[in-house]
Amino acid sequence: MSKDIKIRKGLDLKLKGEASNTIVTASKSSIYAIKPADFHAVVPKLILKEGAAVKAGEPLFYSKYDEKVKFVAPVSGTISEILRGAKRRILEVKITADGNSDAISHGKVDVATASADQIKSLLLEGGCWPFIIQRPYSVIASSEDTPKSIFISAYATAPLAGDPEVFLADKKDAFQAGITALSKLTSGKVHLCVGKGSSLKDVKNADVHTVKGPHPAGNTGVQIHKIDPINMGERVWTVGAEDVAIIGNLFLTGEFKPERTVALVGTDAKEADRQYYKTIIGANVSSIIGEVDTDNTRIISGDVLTGDKLENNQFLNFYHNTLTLIPEGNEYALLGWLPFTRNKVPSNAGTSFSKLLGGKREVDTNLNGEDRALVVTGEMEEVMPMDIYPLQLIKACMAGNIERMENLGIYEVAPEDFALIDFTNTSKLEAQEVIRLGLDLMLTEVG
Amino acid sequence: MKWVRNKLDQARKPFEPGQKFEKFAPAINAFDTFLFTPNHTTKKGAHIRDVVDLKRTMITVVLALIPALLFGMWNTGAQYLYQEMGLANVTDVPFWDAFIEGAILVTPLIIVSYVVGLTIEFIFAIYRGHEVNEGYLVTGLLIPMIFPVDIPLWMLAISVAFAVLIGKEAFGGTGMNILNPALTARAFAFFAYPLYMSGNAIWVHQGATDSISGETILGTLAQGKSVAYSFFDAAAGFIPGSVSETSTIAVLIGAAVLMLTKVGSWRIIVGGFAGAAVMGLIFNAFGLNALMQFDWYMHLVVGGLAFGLVFMATDPVSAAQTMKGKWIYGFLCGFFGVMIRVFNPAYPEGIMLAILLMNVFAPTIDHYVIQGNVSKRKKRLAKAKAKLQTA
Repeated sequence: MSKDIKIRKGLDLKLKGEASNTIVTASKSSIYAIKPADFHAVVPKLILKEGAAVKAGEPLFYSKYDEKVKFVAPVSGTISEILRGAKRRILEVKITADGNSDAISHGKVDVATASADQIKSLLLEGGCWPFIIQRPYSVIASSEDTPKSIFISAYATAPLAGDPEVFLADKKDAFQAGITALSKLTSGKVHLCVGKGSSLKDVKNADVHTVKGPHPAGNTGVQIHKIDPINMGERVWTVGAEDVAIIGNLFLTGEFKPERTVALVGTDAKEADRQYYKTIIGANVSSIIGEVDTDNTRIISGDVLTGDKLENNQFLNFYHNTLTLIPEGNEYALLGWLPFTRNKVPSNAGTSFSKLLGGKREVDTNLNGEDRALVVTGEMEEVMPMDIYPLQLIKACMAGNIERMENLGIYEVAPEDFALIDFTNTSKLEAQEVIRLGLDLMLTEVG
Repeated sequence: MKWVRNKLDQARKPFEPGQKFEKFAPAINAFDTFLFTPNHTTKKGAHIRDVVDLKRTMITVVLALIPALLFGMWNTGAQYLYQEMGLANVTDVPFWDAFIEGAILVTPLIIVSYVVGLTIEFIFAIYRGHEVNEGYLVTGLLIPMIFPVDIPLWMLAISVAFAVLIGKEAFGGTGMNILNPALTARAFAFFAYPLYMSGNAIWVHQGATDSISGETILGTLAQGKSVAYSFFDAAAGFIPGSVSETSTIAVLIGAAVLMLTKVGSWRIIVGGFAGAAVMGLIFNAFGLNALMQFDWYMHLVVGGLAFGLVFMATDPVSAAQTMKGKWIYGFLCGFFGVMIRVFNPAYPEGIMLAILLMNVFAPTIDHYVIQGNVSKRKKRLAKAKAKLQTA
């Protein structure tokens, strides 16, 4: 039974620098990296050492607290470096590609007839398990759980985000296989949320919902909240749209083929270059954008609201379909606080004409003010379509009050659901970080 | 612009970390960021940010206060000269004479309020090591606007100090206070120096005790006399009163600015006027004494009701924070404001006390509103559990 969702609260940030719908193959990256930091709360235990030869799909490390969950090499080659940071934390496992496409084969599996256990063990062995994210806590799903439902969003509403309709265009079979596989892992249903007029609405083995409304309508958090909200103790899984196709491919071919389509967006990318690039997970960003002047340009793996800041020659985030280049806003603005000035900066506030004027905007990374005490109320609610009191939940997280966090719905949210609050709030509060810390506290205390 | 920037960068040097005046950095930052929105870029979280910041928000409130302030200056001068010159109408006083006279009377109050308040704010910012919050830009202007013009400056200074120290900083500073600081200042003065804050002689500069023109409407009513002013006089504000609260029209211009810019909650303002009207209508229906018979629509335009509802009740820190809570809070502010006026003539300015009362109860209102959300979630959980058991 499909349920159409329409949300009214939220904010569509219309930014300049969107990608055209053409897909090209990116030049091959010579080095790839898997970054444990992309997998929140995972403590990596290395399986292979520096210098070891690997095939694509060969496990590099596993999760200390869920040993069945393995993280595998995206390409074949040799482990050239294991980069460590403070306290010897592993930052990057770098693989120098040998250019061959040697991959470990697990044998084809017919998803239509395979059992849940078969599917689960192949996902774990084949390196596809990390694609499955669990709510609450927004971490990689536990291999012991059976979720009450699985959500997939093929509707991107985040500013300039890569559009699943584009990058799934030639992957429909794999996408369908992935959905069928996932549908066996839940006690409930797989829910696929698409935009209006989507080419994916005939997908089988899933309930397809049409979503309408401004960002964050495309966030799985909002969709879960409207369709099958999470109660205390329940588990819901979410999988990214292209990740479903990678999962499907594992069953269709028996091999881990982590093909990633990345939309290059943002005003600091040349217009001719702004398109979709086919590459492989963990690719070096220089294979797409070359070297940029990072003093004046910010490289963001992901969208402008939730992405990670990268330096030159760093690597794409495991999950991201978007690569954004925007100018650094390291400039002063004379009397920048005067109401109704600086209307070119996008804004949701009534003290700027930005929203009235409409049109697409250029953005930079200026904070446009300074940290202040929480004073203004009511502005967070404007961009929070869930039936949740954002300010009160944020304060509960800051105070570390577990019971209150529970009562106010911490299990239903992920940091990305608070990204617009990061953007709009007057006090420049880091809402995503606060929610992340709150979730981490819940994870250790409640689990 | 570049030249100013360079000079500022030079001036900042001794305040940088590790330098001699490191501790005083918040002070120089306050001046610097007043001139320039800083070049800080996002470090974590969303990479792009809205143009709005607390300075912009607070300055918007100051702008919204300007019509009432300018009118207040004119009215202060006009009321004084009208009495001095023995004219037939307040509006007969030459405009610029009245305005200049008023400005001369009011400006010292504003200066004292800002100097005393900002000094304390700066000291606390340096002591606590955080930036100077902009909230006092509004509070500092509000305070002189709600005092009688003849308040001795030292009393004003003490009231300001009380409001900022006990009303705000004692609770942890901006964003933590329970009561609206400006009203705290007025309430302090009201109870500490009643002779200068109530009665019939204080509302006009050098007001004469026997002169009827020296009284506010609320004072007149409290004495059981009939009111000599029309609805229009009261709405336009050609009446004696605290410095800038008399003109409901000027206040409503400010209200429009606040509501259109979403800086002030329209729910509180609309709810407040509705609450005052409802209470007025209830009293009219009974009509047991002169105060009760006072027309409900007159309640909306006399005294500080409009000013209080628009500029004080909407203070987001001390008001209710939830959407439903704001309706309830605003409604009750107006409701109790008129009730206190009528039931307790000793305190004719009921709206001040009503808002302070509701400030105290705002967290309680929010608690019950949020509890509604919590119990909805708990019900959903119970339902899910029941479903699981039957399955």
